[in-house]
Amino acid sequence: MTRFRRRADIAALVQDDRVHRDVYLNEELFALEQQHFFANTWSYLGHASQVPAAGDYLAVEIAGRPLLMVRQGDGGIRVLYNRCAHKGSKLVSDDCGSTGKFFRCPYHAWTYRLDGAPLAIPLKSGYEGTRLKDCESGRGMVALKHVVAYRDFVFVKIGDAGPDFESYFGDALGAIDNLVDRSPVGRLRIEGGVLRNVIHCNWKMYLENINDTVHPMSTHESATQAANALWQGQPADAPKPMAMEQILPFGAGYDFFDRMGGRIYPNGHSVLGINFSIHSGYAQMRDYEQALSDAHGVERAAEILQRSPQNSVCFPSLALKGSPQAFRVIRPLAADRTLIEAWSLRVEGAPALLFERSMTYNRLVFSPMSVVAHDDVHLFENMQEGLRGEGNDWVSLHRGFDPAEFGQTTLEVNGTNEILMRNQFRAWVKFMTLSMQD
Amino acid sequence: MDAQTERRLFDFIAHEARLLDAQRFDEWLALFADNGRYWVPLRGGAQADDGSHNALADEDRLLLALRIERLKSPRAHSQHPPSSCQHILQQPALVHGDARTPHYELRTPFVYIEVRGERQLMLAGCYRHRLIDRPGGLRIELKRVDLLNPGATLPAIQLFP
Repeated sequence: MTRFRRRADIAALVQDDRVHRDVYLNEELFALEQQHFFANTWSYLGHASQVPAAGDYLAVEIAGRPLLMVRQGDGGIRVLYNRCAHKGSKLVSDDCGSTGKFFRCPYHAWTYRLDGAPLAIPLKSGYEGTRLKDCESGRGMVALKHVVAYRDFVFVKIGDAGPDFESYFGDALGAIDNLVDRSPVGRLRIEGGVLRNVIHCNWKMYLENINDTVHPMSTHESATQAANALWQGQPADAPKPMAMEQILPFGAGYDFFDRMGGRIYPNGHSVLGINFSIHSGYAQMRDYEQALSDAHGVERAAEILQRSPQNSVCFPSLALKGSPQAFRVIRPLAADRTLIEAWSLRVEGAPALLFERSMTYNRLVFSPMSVVAHDDVHLFENMQEGLRGEGNDWVSLHRGFDPAEFGQTTLEVNGTNEILMRNQFRAWVKFMTLSMQD
Repeated sequence: MDAQTERRLFDFIAHEARLLDAQRFDEWLALFADNGRYWVPLRGGAQADDGSHNALADEDRLLLALRIERLKSPRAHSQHPPSSCQHILQQPALVHGDARTPHYELRTPFVYIEVRGERQLMLAGCYRHRLIDRPGGLRIELKRVDLLNPGATLPAIQLFP
């Protein structure tokens, strides 16, 4: 069945202030996203610190395509399709590792250099006089053309349509700068492993929730009430355990979240918590502040540390937290299944406490055993089921809608405004239809 | 190790699992020493005890109490419908301890099943208990849960494997 063949069919799903439930439910739309949307947008692939030495690789699937990020002999990074040019076998099947000086296919032992160029094949004489050299199979592994390592965060665009990296992200890259500049030497390393969750909901639902400030009071009531009950009676100046420092602020009221403010950028990106966030209250460290001031100057150091947004979204796959230095990657698996990865970062040149905060936050909030996320996950899966009900085909994004918001590229708003989600859906339509006929 | 002490240790492990299956969480928490820790390392049995790697859960008594308090709340949305669990334990093996010391370490292979509504989750692995024998009885200093697949993409695990 093909219901969404034309641009107009897609555009009709996203109105000014609401979206059609099909965007979450429909398998044909998911297939079109794989074909169009993820080919036209820049997706986060991995971090350069995951492939420190020549021959190190990271295998990732993006929009159904098996990809390999490989550290080259000259120190550069390439991204190849993880596919033997012969019959299509994946060259590596581990998530990460080192291939040494070349790739060798486990099936017929065709070999390739680290950049994917063909190196050798067995029974070479059998190919004399054939057209192998002149066709795709003779040219080796296919490399992606559009790969950018921005301050070690590696992004790819699968197709040739869609904007270049700088025009796609623009000022939204400030979120990555803020994160990396927290290191006096300007370097982050992924460490401590990844927490992987599979959630039975559409990826856009998860992404919307990253920008949703109205749910914590009701969704997380059980966790924050339990935390408050255990912590009450403590003197105001009692040192809070890290877990309490991180969980208690989830219980902040509507007014707090409204005042934290948000900003949207073109192409679906956003920052929530431009004024402050639930992460602003973490205890400061004098020595670390001094080291940052020495590295960046007092003014820039203060700017970096004062800015602790709730979430910065590099649409559509990456959600960053400057403090605690952590990020989530959204990997869609099916219309109703999404893989979420939560990564921790060690900030080079900073106290170990920062890394501890990163790991603790991820464990408390994004682990499959999290006390906070259970209620989120339950509600995402509930929505995915509830939307199948007849009678109302639409999901409301009305909060804060103002016709004057059209035509604005970058806009600052109150923190509970659903424009952050409307902005995502407008970008979704744009990149879904960019390479479609008519 | 005399048979009587061994029996006592093994009974303790079985009793602990029964309390969890019966959702008698307050009594379960009381089995932990004041400095007790419940730890589900992200690399399972391969993980060193040096804090360099994350965990699915790494909780002291305060966090375990938070988890238990939350489960009692009618607003714990993920518990509508509620989860239930069952631990299936192999015979524990005593890996450390003799009659002169109050510390014991035991390994217990297990299968853990958690159900909620139509969903069923199964985890397998090995417990490593570090117990201390005190005048009031045995207490847990460490319950380390080494899963077979701790790095896999897991759905929500709501109770205590």
